[in-house]
Amino acid sequence: MRPERKIYVAAAALVALALLPPIALGLDQDFYIDMFTRIMIFAIAAVSLDLILGYGGLVSFGHAAYLGIGSYAVGILAYHGFGNGFLQFGVAVAASALVALFVGWVSLRTSGVYFIMITLAFGQMIYFLGESINLYGGDNGLNIQQHSDFAGLLDLDDSTTLYYFVFAWLVLCLGFGWRLVNSRFGMVIRGTKSNERRMLSLGFRTFRYKLLAFVISGAIAGIAGALLANLTLFLSPSIMHWTRSGEIMMMVILGGMGTLIGPVFGAVVYLLFENLLSGFTEHWQAILGPFLVLVVLFSKSGLMGFSGRSRASAAKSNA
Amino acid sequence: MPDVLLETRGLQKHFGGLVATDDVSLAIETGELHAIIGPNGAGKTTLIGQLAGEIAPSGGHILFAGEDITALATPDRVARGLARSFQVTSIFPEFSVLDNVALAVQRHAGHSFRFWADARRDAALRRPAEILLRDLGLATRAGVAAGTLSHSEKRTLEIAMVLATRPRLLLLDEPLAGMAPEDSKRMVQILSRLKGQLTILLIEHDMDAVFSLADRLTVLVYGKAIATGTPEQIRANDQVRHAYLGDEAE
Amino acid sequence: MLAVAEQVLNGVQFGITLFLMAAGLTLIFGVMNLVNLAHGSLYMIGAYIAAATFNATHSFGLAIAAALAGTAAAGIAIEVVVFRALYRRDHLDQVLATFGLILFFNELVRMIWGATALYAQVPGFLAGQVEILPGVPYPTYRLAIIVAGLVVGLLIYVLVMKTRIGMLIRAGASDRTMVGALGVNITLLYTLVFGVGAALAALSGALAGPVFTVESGMGDDLLILAFVVIVIGGIGSIRGAFVASLLVGVVDTIGRAFLRQLFALVMSGFAADSAGPATASMLIYVLMAAVLFFRPQGLFPRESR
Repeated sequence: MRPERKIYVAAAALVALALLPPIALGLDQDFYIDMFTRIMIFAIAAVSLDLILGYGGLVSFGHAAYLGIGSYAVGILAYHGFGNGFLQFGVAVAASALVALFVGWVSLRTSGVYFIMITLAFGQMIYFLGESINLYGGDNGLNIQQHSDFAGLLDLDDSTTLYYFVFAWLVLCLGFGWRLVNSRFGMVIRGTKSNERRMLSLGFRTFRYKLLAFVISGAIAGIAGALLANLTLFLSPSIMHWTRSGEIMMMVILGGMGTLIGPVFGAVVYLLFENLLSGFTEHWQAILGPFLVLVVLFSKSGLMGFSGRSRASAAKSNA
Repeated sequence: MPDVLLETRGLQKHFGGLVATDDVSLAIETGELHAIIGPNGAGKTTLIGQLAGEIAPSGGHILFAGEDITALATPDRVARGLARSFQVTSIFPEFSVLDNVALAVQRHAGHSFRFWADARRDAALRRPAEILLRDLGLATRAGVAAGTLSHSEKRTLEIAMVLATRPRLLLLDEPLAGMAPEDSKRMVQILSRLKGQLTILLIEHDMDAVFSLADRLTVLVYGKAIATGTPEQIRANDQVRHAYLGDEAE
Repeated sequence: MLAVAEQVLNGVQFGITLFLMAAGLTLIFGVMNLVNLAHGSLYMIGAYIAAATFNATHSFGLAIAAALAGTAAAGIAIEVVVFRALYRRDHLDQVLATFGLILFFNELVRMIWGATALYAQVPGFLAGQVEILPGVPYPTYRLAIIVAGLVVGLLIYVLVMKTRIGMLIRAGASDRTMVGALGVNITLLYTLVFGVGAALAALSGALAGPVFTVESGMGDDLLILAFVVIVIGGIGSIRGAFVASLLVGVVDTIGRAFLRQLFALVMSGFAADSAGPATASMLIYVLMAAVLFFRPQGLFPRESR
């Protein structure tokens, strides 16, 4: 899809999302507001994964861990009486970035299958960590007493306020992501995905760039986690389970990886689908599973691939 | 005494029982175009791999401008001015031709930890890239996806990218491979223009090109450098004739 | 001391369970270059079929046989329907597609056998304990698992290293086009290897049923550990899988058994209750990170590829 077209599609999607609360309230279907708040949170997580997966070619299968870390940062601070939103979000970002730094530093020494397995393993390690710390609920989870307090400026108790707060973050992430992938740094990352050997032979020490991208991606997912904690007011290690990482990855693929806006659509479709199916039958995973297999086998470029782009025209529009 | 830019001392490489590089000692002089020839399987690509830093030698040393670079990784060698083209063209097929060269320019045009400004509108990257493309005859293809170029165009693009890294020494692995005669001629013209501006170490099978371009030749057979000298010396060398050129050599 | 010996043996038993999983996984990856996340599902299916068969017939032999046959059938079905299309795809595609399979199978067993754990009991003739050393009793069943695993491990090793088929498997791993060109039916070879891998997983699951809980998703966490084992041992190496499995099994079990007590010596009981299990669960991954740091290709890396 051409960049110009992509921008229209993105704009349309964002406008639709912006208009959702008044429409939902008007139709007396308030629960859609919370539902789409959740969808947008996962969209942010999916966009953050797209940065390294779609643009960097790094198949990180432990991304849900950073969502969890962000959530836990907010929850743990709230538990100890630190309700300040600036502090909570700051710690969420810092903690996720730090963990991503460590995980990336070890994992990026490998590539291919090893990399996938190792990120999977680290993700699971963090999940087990969350499960075993009883002070913060262990595997029973922990209630969060109140929303993040941003110097009284925002009442996140109100669904609509929270919705627009998350929406603002989504727009910010998309904007930042867009500038990032087109910047010098972004070109190095994309070049590394395209042909790492060539990048090395041009003099780029690809490891440090990949690591930084990994950290940025983890930090953004941490923000998504902090937002999630505000939505659910509940901490649970299950958010970090590796199957959640798989779901986020599916959202990226479904929407179209390497497009930034695609994962937003992917999150919408995946979560709505899940919602729809589970209302239908309690065995919805038996339908979702094969559906995912089919998507992978037949439609690798996802929803964004439906405009039949050819390589030549794509590059032309990118030049 | 001419300046030696790239030197190997007793370079060795074994893969299990197979000796790919057998005690090779070369001294490439600054400004010369030095060709390495030899039959298939002689270990030429393995040699380039070690010089470029992709393959770790089993023994011996590599010196670049007097500095021992044997343990240095590829990016660090490129930073010192040692650049390389591949036997199988290695470019970024999804990017446009201009973007390919611009990315190569980027390495030396300031740092790459810039996260906001659009790289494609960065004149510091575009201008040098456009100039290089023009010099090599690819200016009209600048906006096209590199993957759609013809084989020769791709190889020319790769040369452009390699030149963008401002090398002092070029390692060229069979740049003429798979080229039609007219394209070969153009490539030879490009190479002869580069002669003198840069030091070039060239691996090639095309004997016409080699003998017309090279200042000196080294003949590699079964990983061993059996002779080094000017084209005339090599032509006259009996060992070489026997091992490689055969009796059909002119 | 007794406690330590018992936990070491438990660790070995866990290691053997892991080994059977990891061996199949590493074979499949080494030969077909296929990442199969659904390998844990095969383990689970084996466990379910074995438990269900035993509950119905009270015959251990029948239970094992049914588990092997049933899982092999399921495995071959997946291979033909899904994997044949995946061999040529990149690893990301394989990961995602097999992820979809996991969701499907986890739900399938819930649909057939319900959401609560299935009761799996130790067969009568293996119940009770055995004195392996004077004064050191150990559950007979767990010992049987260790023995069975060692026997199977040896068989696999002999198969891969000493037979013609094994030679084909190893050759297929290093150059599949060449082997195909030599007239060997690659498709059949792949199916065979996959069948062996599935059977190993099924055996592991069938034996593990009475020891661990038979429930949906039981294979997934084990699968991740199997991956860790392969990374530590080196992809494609049976020997590596064996060494790494025992290492991981013992370290993990000992850690879980004793770290809490160790911590309790220096901190409050409540803190130790968290710090112990937390550190224990991290131990394996720290081990993996350490191995990766010093030997990124694993302990027994494959030379040629």
